[in-house]
Amino acid sequence: MLAPKGIWKVITASSVGTLIEWYDFYIFGSLATVIASQFFPKTNPTAALLSTLATFAAGFIVRPFGALVFGRLGDKVGRKYTFLLTLIIMGGSTFAIGLVPGYERIGFAAPIIVLLLRLLQGLALGGEYGGAATYVAEHSPANRRGYFTSWIQTTATLGLFFSLGVILLTRHTLDADPSKSIAKFNDWGWRIPFLVSILLVIISIYIRLKMKESPLFSRIKEEGKVSVNPLKESFGHKGNLKMVLLALFGATMGQGVVWYTGQFYAQSFIENVCKVDFDQSRTILIWAILFATPFFVVFGQWSDKVGRKWIILTGMALAIFTYRPLFNALLETVNLAKPGNAQTISESTHKSAVLPTGDSLITTTIKSNAESGLAMTEIRKDTVYTGLGKMSAKTDVKQTFKLASGGYWRMVMLVFVMIIYVTMVYGPIAAFLVELFPTKIRYTSMSLPYHIGNGVFGGLTPFIATLLTTMDTKNHLVGLWYPILVAGLCLLIGALYLNNKIDTDLSD
Amino acid sequence: MNRLKQLLGMIWILMGPVLMFFLLRIALQEIEKKPVIDTKIQWGVFVLIFFPIAVGLTIFGYYAWKGEYDKLPTKSDEIA
Repeated sequence: MLAPKGIWKVITASSVGTLIEWYDFYIFGSLATVIASQFFPKTNPTAALLSTLATFAAGFIVRPFGALVFGRLGDKVGRKYTFLLTLIIMGGSTFAIGLVPGYERIGFAAPIIVLLLRLLQGLALGGEYGGAATYVAEHSPANRRGYFTSWIQTTATLGLFFSLGVILLTRHTLDADPSKSIAKFNDWGWRIPFLVSILLVIISIYIRLKMKESPLFSRIKEEGKVSVNPLKESFGHKGNLKMVLLALFGATMGQGVVWYTGQFYAQSFIENVCKVDFDQSRTILIWAILFATPFFVVFGQWSDKVGRKWIILTGMALAIFTYRPLFNALLETVNLAKPGNAQTISESTHKSAVLPTGDSLITTTIKSNAESGLAMTEIRKDTVYTGLGKMSAKTDVKQTFKLASGGYWRMVMLVFVMIIYVTMVYGPIAAFLVELFPTKIRYTSMSLPYHIGNGVFGGLTPFIATLLTTMDTKNHLVGLWYPILVAGLCLLIGALYLNNKIDTDLSD
Repeated sequence: MNRLKQLLGMIWILMGPVLMFFLLRIALQEIEKKPVIDTKIQWGVFVLIFFPIAVGLTIFGYYAWKGEYDKLPTKSDEIA
């Protein structure tokens, strides 16, 4: 195994590229609303948003196919070149998304091109993670595998962190006037986070070109033991297929929903259910991620001493039993601070515009402050019909809240707790998956349960949870039943069927 | 414990088709409520994606019932 200095070079080279791939993948999701307005017909904003979320979800669903394609390549050709290829594909497709003209310029070609590029992103990511985790694990000493691979585990959350940070920075620096800056961002500035990533990708490709192949893979290649058909050996033989299924139903399925609920769904819930201001809903997540990220390494390291299984399953159990009170506390943070009748109106504007139909659109903006410090902005849009027979105006009301300091940091703390669960389920899982499978089919075998668990079960969490709330509109917490039930099933299977013994020998 | 794992295998075997049934039923109900293209695409995707996973759960249950998880492999030649 490598001396400490050598292993840090390996970790850096793998992690930087993986982080950039996660960043590329997440900026799309973080900008779902803006992308919806650019690439989908503007007639129905809800349909446009759902369509984009479906495109977002499509990126997740295609990940398992990427796992199969690139997993196979990684087990036949080698880890190094495969996850160089995934980086090139991800970087190229991300950059291209930033260049696609909007629907108003090229019509229906726009959403189709965006969808295809999003699918390419999903394919690339499907091949990236398995390679990076396998590569680091195969360089690591057995008694510190959890610790060293946990650095790779930080990259997904850090990718999300950077995607949120770059978006907020771009959104507020395009013009000296904040509202003009946001308008420019929504118009064309949203492309910048996509275009910027190509510089980071080029640096990463350069770093990875200088890396050597995994020593374990090099050895089996020299010995002529490379798998002829990794897909058949991974999934066509009962001995390995049963372990792939156990990895999925006993570990990654639950890990995936906890990962996405504690981060993506938490942010979406804060913005769309609690109605917290756009910037605050993202900075809350940024702070929580910043405080919680070191715990990936803490739990990865701890798993080297006590085993991986019970740390992962404890994280799932805590999530299952505390999600409802935690999300309810998020709601209460806003509800308790709401003004009721005691509020001071600080600004009220009234604008009237004539629509192409001849009807009038009256927009009323009211900004008020509650005694609690909560600031509320209410935008009412009344359509006054001029046509005969249309008597009443159709009112569209949108409220957003800006939290005072106390409420803001309370939400940061609540999300921080949820991300601690993420670090418990995700910190040890790279080492756990690598140790389940033999070298010659490791890339293929570990990638598929990982990307089904995270890409399908996890990636669809915000989408399915939001869909559940449209089926039961009075219950704000109904969406949580999806991650709770999925993680619950996984916890039961994992507790009964998984082994806590650490496989010290990866070379077989 | 191994006996429990095997007995629960029967549950997992049955859970696969039960989940498929409920997913399909909910999908058809939702499409009937709102027969627009977005609803059809969403629920069509869910059915297409989760059906093979439910089949996987049934296979997992079969292996559990057969005692394949009574002792997990520790070496490659135990897997191959």
